[in-house]
Amino acid sequence: MNIHYEFPLEEAGYAFGFLDEYAKKEVRRTILKAICIPGYQTPYASREMPMGRGFGTGGLQLTLSLIGTNDTLKVIDQGSDDSVNAVNMRQFVQLTCPGVEVTEKLEEATLIQSRHRIPEIALTETQVLVLQVPYPDPLVVVESSEARRKIMHAEADYSRLLVKLYEDIVHFNEITISHRYPTRINRHYVIDPSPIPRWDVPKLNQSPALILFGAGREKKIYAVPPYTVAEPLVFDDLPFRVEDFRDEHGQRRACTRCGATNSFLDEYSDDNNIKIYQCSDSAYCDGQLAQHQQREGKA
Amino acid sequence: MSYVAIKGGKAAIDGAAAVTEFLRGRDDSGEPLNLSAIECQLRLLTSRVVSEGGLYHPRLASLAIKQFQGDTLEAAFALRAYRSTKPRLLATPVQNSTNMRCIRRISSAFKDIPGGQMLGPNYDFTLRLLRFDLADEDPNEFRSIARKFLGALPEADLPDSFPKVLDALRAEGLLPPVAESRNEPFDITREPLVFPVPRSAALATMARAETGSLLAMAYSNMRGYGDVHPTVAELRVGYIPVMVPHPVTGEPMEAGEVLVTECEVVAMYESGKADCLPTFTLGYGACFGHNEVKAISMAILDRSLQKGMQDGPENPSEDPEFVLLHVDGVDSMGFASHYKMPHYVTFQSDMDRLRTTQGKARAADQASQMEVV
Repeated sequence: MNIHYEFPLEEAGYAFGFLDEYAKKEVRRTILKAICIPGYQTPYASREMPMGRGFGTGGLQLTLSLIGTNDTLKVIDQGSDDSVNAVNMRQFVQLTCPGVEVTEKLEEATLIQSRHRIPEIALTETQVLVLQVPYPDPLVVVESSEARRKIMHAEADYSRLLVKLYEDIVHFNEITISHRYPTRINRHYVIDPSPIPRWDVPKLNQSPALILFGAGREKKIYAVPPYTVAEPLVFDDLPFRVEDFRDEHGQRRACTRCGATNSFLDEYSDDNNIKIYQCSDSAYCDGQLAQHQQREGKA
Repeated sequence: MSYVAIKGGKAAIDGAAAVTEFLRGRDDSGEPLNLSAIECQLRLLTSRVVSEGGLYHPRLASLAIKQFQGDTLEAAFALRAYRSTKPRLLATPVQNSTNMRCIRRISSAFKDIPGGQMLGPNYDFTLRLLRFDLADEDPNEFRSIARKFLGALPEADLPDSFPKVLDALRAEGLLPPVAESRNEPFDITREPLVFPVPRSAALATMARAETGSLLAMAYSNMRGYGDVHPTVAELRVGYIPVMVPHPVTGEPMEAGEVLVTECEVVAMYESGKADCLPTFTLGYGACFGHNEVKAISMAILDRSLQKGMQDGPENPSEDPEFVLLHVDGVDSMGFASHYKMPHYVTFQSDMDRLRTTQGKARAADQASQMEVV
């Protein structure tokens, strides 16, 4: 026991961006490699963050390595800026990156960190989207050994994944993969696009914004660079299908709050057990509502 | 219209923190835990946390134990996160555990060993009967424990260090000679594991692994999913002086000492390479702190993994990917906890698939009934 030990002063304890400079440099170099080889899962050391592995530590390391005082950050989880995890992440960045602006408005953000959703409104060339990834490898459903998966990726051998999709069709007459839909990038590597719904997969294709994926626990970073081909794995005679939000009469359900019929909807029951449908992207919903109110105000 | 389902995240987090703090503070004794009490009286808990945290800092470990209300996974996690903020200034050269200032040292291979068996602090031969007198301990009596012990201690002429049991076996030719490794040890804090990995990467991963996870994997090998059949050649616990090169002269100097548990097991022999005689095989385990079960488990797994790396895995405990990617407490507890986070979007997507599939099955069922009619 060292009785002379003095604890670090709280304010002196942490540097800008929490991570030490060597760690940030390493992450940035890994990002460059990931951009050069679209869809390739680039290994990196991955530091422990002060929040749980699986809570977005990979995404957070990307954000903290990229962010500067001229950035404006938006953090969302399940499409919402106010979800507990998004609040937690945003507070942490504000605490460790003094001078960084935060916003809930997509158009104001230069850096967007998200879990499970890509915003409804298209991203621009001046924005970077960071997605948090629990399982970086789409082949894990057919091959548990990482060493063997690495060879399959190198050879672009996705036959077993296609067989799995085919077996789904035989068993259920449908492809049963709901989210994390395997997507081929730049016609070579197939990625796990993180647990975004199928609804968001088409947004990866030819995206003007750089999209980065960070898997902290699995220690991988990968990228879909701007204007890159991203194609969900399908068969010629069976088109890719996004989530179906039609009711029993074939009518597209609308958001009960803003009335949008072109957004991904969350479904839940109110106190009277009546089903409610609302936009999952809360900033989009707010924007739609503001537009309606403006129109009504004018009328 | 309100947006109840998703608003209020910040208030919820603040409330959760307040009630967690309340549960710590409602202790009727009115005495906050002091760190010295945790470090000494709960020394094995502190040992576990420095070991799994991969940061030798008993004082910060006891702070983490206090802050996280005794959760070893969380406390080790906090140490790791703290470590992420610190640059690595240098790598130590290889430390010689023969220099260990032992507090305990045993061998189950020989009745007597050079330097002698030294039982030291442990519970192995203690009856696990609850000592009810500890429930309401007299502070004065408590204070006299250390004084009495030291007062009754005979003037010992113990050597500063002890020879290693393995050296004797090696001199007799029962063990393979120490392989000269020219490679730098693998640093798991700076490089990701990309399989196959060298043995040093496996050892480093296990040294900071979660005790229970290592034990479960090693136990599977002991029970029958594997056949290491180890004999503990030597288990030692003590303080190793950490030698680092002097920044100016380059001469090795002592920067401090770390409490370490080290275990060397000897396992069944294998045929020698080329024209060498067959020899026993070895397994090695070492970790920060006083953690004997962990060091033994690690030594067994080191042996089983070496076998798996050489001949291909026949059991889970021989598979480097299976063992090394699943024993880290910070990784595994984090991922288990993350399932508590909202998964509304993915579940919505799951329901969409199930409803579509059910709809198709129902339609097919109706169609076949029509045919029957």
